[in-house]
Amino acid sequence: MFSFRYLKIWVGGAILALLVLCGVAAPLIAPRDPQAQTLEDRLRPPRWSENGMSAYILGTDNLGRDMLSRIVYGSRISLMVGAATVIFAGLVGCTLGAIAGYFGSTADEIVSKVSEIFLAFPFLLIAIAIMAFLGQGVGNLIMALMLSRWVQYCRVVRGEVLSLKERDFVTAAKALGARDGYVLFHHVVPNTLASVIVIATFGMAIVIITEASLSFLGLGVPVHIPTWGSMLAEGRSYINRAPWLTIFPGLAIFITVFGINLLGDGLRDIFDPKLRRQR
Amino acid sequence: MHKLIRRLLGAVPVLLAISFLIFLLMHIAPGDPVTLMLGDNATPEDVARLRGELGLDKPILVQYWDFLSRAVRGDFGRSLKFGEPVLKLVGERLPATLELAFASLFVAITIAVPVGVYSAIRHNSLVDHAGMSVALIGVSLPNFWLGIMLIYFFGGQLNWLPVAGRIEYGIEIKSITGLYLIDSLLTGNFEALVSVAKHLLMPAFTLGAALAAIVTRISRSSVLEVMRQDYVTTARAKGLSERAVIWRHIVRNALITIVTILGLQLGALLSGSVVTETVFSFPGIGDLLIQSISARDYKLTQILILMFAVTYFVVNLLVDFLYSWIDPRIKF
Repeated sequence: MFSFRYLKIWVGGAILALLVLCGVAAPLIAPRDPQAQTLEDRLRPPRWSENGMSAYILGTDNLGRDMLSRIVYGSRISLMVGAATVIFAGLVGCTLGAIAGYFGSTADEIVSKVSEIFLAFPFLLIAIAIMAFLGQGVGNLIMALMLSRWVQYCRVVRGEVLSLKERDFVTAAKALGARDGYVLFHHVVPNTLASVIVIATFGMAIVIITEASLSFLGLGVPVHIPTWGSMLAEGRSYINRAPWLTIFPGLAIFITVFGINLLGDGLRDIFDPKLRRQR
Repeated sequence: MHKLIRRLLGAVPVLLAISFLIFLLMHIAPGDPVTLMLGDNATPEDVARLRGELGLDKPILVQYWDFLSRAVRGDFGRSLKFGEPVLKLVGERLPATLELAFASLFVAITIAVPVGVYSAIRHNSLVDHAGMSVALIGVSLPNFWLGIMLIYFFGGQLNWLPVAGRIEYGIEIKSITGLYLIDSLLTGNFEALVSVAKHLLMPAFTLGAALAAIVTRISRSSVLEVMRQDYVTTARAKGLSERAVIWRHIVRNALITIVTILGLQLGALLSGSVVTETVFSFPGIGDLLIQSISARDYKLTQILILMFAVTYFVVNLLVDFLYSWIDPRIKF
């Protein structure tokens, strides 16, 4: 049931759910084809402005493409890249972190050294470096973002596993004859999920901003695919003549990231006992 | 001092691994730099000759060894796009990025620490909720969008601030440190000082806003955590004034966490400068990096990325040593 204690989760979750719906049902929601160009209607302001047309609620861009449709379709890339990165980075990071923490010795040393290398780079720079050399593309983008994010999961899960493996329930499971792999993935890893969910939520917000930044710099997905970042980059040249080209895609990024951060904050408030005490 | 040397020596393998990864990435990248340099009409003989001249026909490990041995002598080669030594290009642009980074850090600290501390002291009040809401908005704002919006309002609509570059065209400045704010102060050139400050204001705010938001949240939670410690109760019980309790016992102890976060975020600030410099055409290393990537100048790209990594690493090392100054209980 609704409770003010969970207000952040409700609001953040609702924003995210709405965006997911927007992305999934883009062909039904978008009033036009996001690529369709109507040159005679280029740089039309939003509907409520002078010279605005009711056919284009958020106006048109420099090629006469409908801004609303492009923003709706743009949500697909942002959410898809965000979700895929969080899943892959989470899987890789959690698995390596769990193995390093549970088995220790050589496995831990190798994972720690590799983590150290990745931690020596700011994550945006890792993504820029990989995209600079591999070139634009959704696959490359997800890989670049995944490589820049996995280490966050790895560190947290390793730390938690190190503490969890000493707990009584692990000793009990081992005493009952459970194998290490079983104990690790059936008893230890599920207990790290609360932290992983919180990191994944904030991670998704970071990934969405990073994807938009890379697309803005021309290093993200190919230009023919509408993304919020590339729309901002294109609209920048028309900032004084057609500010709606930059205002709306930016707002879309902001609302998405704000919703996800709100959700993350709410989840952290619930899962983190230290924060519960602070409230 | 020997601890510092030990940490620096420990960093060598990590930095070598990073440089090798960047080198490897450059070689597995699609697109041959030689073909890019010579164009599609180049004959196979020309391509082979240039490959030989650049040493690209050697095995990758040999190439890497050549790169390392030249690098330790300070020879990083020439940029393919600009035709100038990479080190010279970096030297010309680095002060701009450093100036921007320090200005952003200043913006972040002056906003974030007072707001965070005040929010914690008055926690659960209206001020606290307002502060935290603004911080959440700040964390969620993409900095390049914030920059574009600032350009639109303060540059385009109000015409208050310049939207690109470091200094107004036509104003001469004598370069001493390369940091224009310092140079204009040192030479007493106030016309330049005002121009540089105006040019720096929007980029610094753009880059510093997200950091300010993060530091506000961390400052608040860190102060709240310290406020619950027994030694704070003891300080109050022995009759210290509230001001003394807050500044001498609470804030000083909370600073350790704040400095840690500032240190960790400096890397984000450096990489964030890539985006901010692009938005404001600010002639720093970040802008140079994007130019080199667009021109497929692999050599320059490689060195710039490596340089960012090394700077990040050194900053983190310095932050580690700063801890022992803030908290003498921490020893290295």
